[in-house]
Amino acid sequence: MRFTPNSILSITVVSVLPLCAIGAQGQVIMPQPADSAATEMLHEVTVTGSRHSGEVVRPQTLRDGYLATLNAHSVADAVRYFAGVQLKDYGGVGGIKTLDIRSMGTNHMGVFYDGLPVGNAQNGQVDLGRFSLDNIEEIALYNGQKSAIFQPARDFASSGSIYIRSRRPRFPSGRNTAGTVVFRTGSFGLLNPSLRIDRRISRQVSATFNVEYTYSTGRYRFRYSKYLPDGRIAWDTTAVRRNGDIRALRAEASVFGNVDKGSWMAKAYYYNSERGIPGAIVNNVWKNSQRQWDRNFFVQGRFRREYGGNVEIMVNGKYARDHMRYLNPDTTLMLIDNTFDQNELYLSATARYSPFRFWDIAVAADWQYNTLDSDMALFVFPSRHQLLGSVATALNFGGLRLRASLLANSIHDRTRPSSSAGSRRHFLKFTPAVFVTWIPQKSILPEVRCYWKKAFRMPTFNDLYYTDIGNASLDPETCTQFDIGATWRVENIATLLAMLEFSADAYYNHIVDKIIAVPKGNGQYRWMMMNLGLVKIRGVDLGITTMLNLPAEITGRMRLTYTWQSALDYSDPTDCRDDAGTYKGQIAYIPRHAAAVAAGLQWHGVDINYSWIYTGQRWDNSSNIPENHIQPWYTSDISAAYSFGLGNTMLRISLEINNLADQQYEVIRNYPMPGRNYKVIAQWNF
Amino acid sequence: MELLKKFVLAGIAPVLALSAFVSCRDGEQIILPEEEHPGETQRIQLTGFYLLNEGNMGSNKSSLDRYSFADGSYLRNIYAQANPDVPKELGDVGNDMAAYGSKLWVVVNCSNKVEVLDLKTARRLGQIDIPNCRYIAFDGRYAYVTSYAGPVEINPDYRQRGFVARIDTATMQETARVEVGFQPDGIAVCDGMIYVANSGGYMVPNYENTVSVIDASEMRFVGNVEIGINLALIAADSGGRLWISSRGDYFDTPSRLYVYDPATRTVLKSFDHPVGDFFMAGDSLYTVSGAIGYSADGKDRQFAIFDTRRLECVNTGFITDGTEKDITVPYGIAVNPVSKEIYITDARNYVNPGYLHCYSPEGVRKWSQRTGDIPSKIVFY
Repeated sequence: MRFTPNSILSITVVSVLPLCAIGAQGQVIMPQPADSAATEMLHEVTVTGSRHSGEVVRPQTLRDGYLATLNAHSVADAVRYFAGVQLKDYGGVGGIKTLDIRSMGTNHMGVFYDGLPVGNAQNGQVDLGRFSLDNIEEIALYNGQKSAIFQPARDFASSGSIYIRSRRPRFPSGRNTAGTVVFRTGSFGLLNPSLRIDRRISRQVSATFNVEYTYSTGRYRFRYSKYLPDGRIAWDTTAVRRNGDIRALRAEASVFGNVDKGSWMAKAYYYNSERGIPGAIVNNVWKNSQRQWDRNFFVQGRFRREYGGNVEIMVNGKYARDHMRYLNPDTTLMLIDNTFDQNELYLSATARYSPFRFWDIAVAADWQYNTLDSDMALFVFPSRHQLLGSVATALNFGGLRLRASLLANSIHDRTRPSSSAGSRRHFLKFTPAVFVTWIPQKSILPEVRCYWKKAFRMPTFNDLYYTDIGNASLDPETCTQFDIGATWRVENIATLLAMLEFSADAYYNHIVDKIIAVPKGNGQYRWMMMNLGLVKIRGVDLGITTMLNLPAEITGRMRLTYTWQSALDYSDPTDCRDDAGTYKGQIAYIPRHAAAVAAGLQWHGVDINYSWIYTGQRWDNSSNIPENHIQPWYTSDISAAYSFGLGNTMLRISLEINNLADQQYEVIRNYPMPGRNYKVIAQWNF
Repeated sequence: MELLKKFVLAGIAPVLALSAFVSCRDGEQIILPEEEHPGETQRIQLTGFYLLNEGNMGSNKSSLDRYSFADGSYLRNIYAQANPDVPKELGDVGNDMAAYGSKLWVVVNCSNKVEVLDLKTARRLGQIDIPNCRYIAFDGRYAYVTSYAGPVEINPDYRQRGFVARIDTATMQETARVEVGFQPDGIAVCDGMIYVANSGGYMVPNYENTVSVIDASEMRFVGNVEIGINLALIAADSGGRLWISSRGDYFDTPSRLYVYDPATRTVLKSFDHPVGDFFMAGDSLYTVSGAIGYSADGKDRQFAIFDTRRLECVNTGFITDGTEKDITVPYGIAVNPVSKEIYITDARNYVNPGYLHCYSPEGVRKWSQRTGDIPSKIVFY
């Protein structure tokens, strides 16, 4: 219920792995992953699509071999290495982790899993901590939108998007079955086995099955202390984080197939978890007892095919069912035991036509239907139909690439019984985007890009209809983005330096009608959602990536990102009387400076990695006074891994040490993060 | 092997270098008070007042401010300096505060404690753990505190009653408990009886509608009296009548003010008048209430005075200079017992620091001062 927008980034830092085949709708063929032995070979999933309508702004990506070096447990941990993002992390394996791109707020971000949107119509927030890296091949972060034109209308709808791609089946040469068994253990009582089986069914069809179980006590020691002005200790206390336990089972099955001039995939996903909600640590309260159960299930599919060389179509569909139960069993507090059930149905059809070599046109039509049920008192059972239509075009003149899109988004809500503010809401919004990139003929020159994009976020079901605080007359929150950036990349310029890439972006985001909670009523903690916020965000994202060929067959790589952001609250111009005023104050939880470094060395089967993440000082609200100040934090993680062949199979053992300096820090106030912790991973590929 | 060693060294060197840098983060200092001088020197028989800031739930930002009449100075956030050795400071959501004898009693709701401070120095003297504690009242040698967290029954339709705890003010120990209605809030002691305003706030939409009566000497529950739904505050006037505020249900039933006469066991009067906070000053009951300006009719934004002898509303706008428009959310009210100056706190948006406004007895604003988050209760000493 707090005003916590955040924003994003704009650097296109690409992973150190050589870039290949981007532009063809995300079907990237991987180079030899760092952790694979020579026997491994990728099963290629057809690369289709027009080269002319592909992306012109490359995303920030983290891939397979590189992901493995980041000591990251989930997608949430990994995205911290992108420029321009802030992760809201409540700590521990089970703590909620949501992402905020370029200070625009979590609700402005789209999350796509294997090409289809992952939604949460209830509160608009997707917990990235639930996407274990166990089965992830690539994470890509797009500012604005994916600049390709041949994509579902939904892909044009967010202000920033993260695309998560699960691992594709891959087979050692001459075999039709392959598999991986992984076991992870370490601090917080972590037990995390997983199994993956890939199976080639025919020349054109392959399937993969993956199951993972996660258990963690979530216990870790944390320490709070404060000092007197003369440097003596005022108080110093250590406790153990409790009620942060998690048990989670995830199972996924996918089938990939190729047809003449096309491809298809189908996927089923199941996730079931029980977790404690560790809660805020406040004076005299060192433990909480709230629990949450989640059960998520979805099936999705995609088919795409080319017709006659200049026409291509794609069809997508998804059905998702999410069940959540929240229990507050604390007998000193209000007994809460509520369940929430969501259904989502999504269908999309997309077509591309290329009248000339330099000109592509694409249209897409999507339909999405959401419902939310609950056993809460006074619940209004909202449902939402959303029709999205997009037209997009791509023009290429030499090195000049233009992408323009227009999205029409029509939304119809219904509630029962009808709430006092009306039981039906309709919105119709048009949002355009234009991306221009100049790719020089001479590779010594930098690639220059700029974009302008408008997008909005719909008020969520909670914003509109939550018993008591919901406000059914809310309007969508609109965000306008401007970005200009350049990437300069050279390869093999010296014997040592295999690749060097430098990338910079400057951006301005303007958020109007920001949905914030404001108080209402008679001196109670009573809130109502209102369109009152105005936030202006200026930022710079920088990224440097290098690959080194060192003597003695050692290869090295380093990736560095830096973000500067001024995200100022312009909501209340009257609140500027003193230092505690919020007008032009930096908004909650957005640091001015943030940086990340990840470096690694490889020598035959040995891998050594180091990473460092820095988040500068922040305030927990736009009143930037000492009471609201939150200290900067920085953590160093190291890992070492050794891979070796074992007959026909391969074994990899790695050891990770995270938060090496044992820094005691908070990302969110009163939610202590873990100190130094360890993890051991054994992976066997067969 | 030599090579491997070099390789490992090359990997470790930058780690060590950066770790050295990492270890130099400064320790976090306690928050020191900030001093401002909004007022002027006043020669009155009062030292000053304390102001309790609730702080938003989960923020642990409840804080204590102090004003001095001697020099008109305002010290913001004095708790940590007075008590540098208390981990996590005053705590989460300071809900009520009162002075009694030489002590200042602070009820910290979400920290499940009543904190006892020295009235002069704000130095901590003790703490009584009471889960989900809400309001406090005094009589004789005892303090009485309401709590939502009564005993748990095994019952599928589980509804938990609240209780009143009795604390010996000398030993600062809890000595007795008695069960009352659901989610009791305001509490008042009058002629040896304790009256508790039950809210039933956890049972939305089936709010409570009673005042519980307890015999103070025996700590015995006497009975419940029906008044109105979702009761909040309760105070006794000089004639032994009880003034009780109801929050209403926030939809169809508005907030109201009731007058109950324990002697005749009747509700003498019911005012269709919203009350967020009230303050009994002699025979005048000052009330404020306020949603912010977007409520369609603005009807629930009121600054009124009731005459507690005549049982009438005698003033429906005691701020006379038009400065009430500067108050976003009128949250708490107090009247200086000596100078009769009026203090109103402004909770603004509940997450940012609020304001305290001081008005002359005639209702003209004298000064305004930035406070902590959600300024609520003022206690003169």
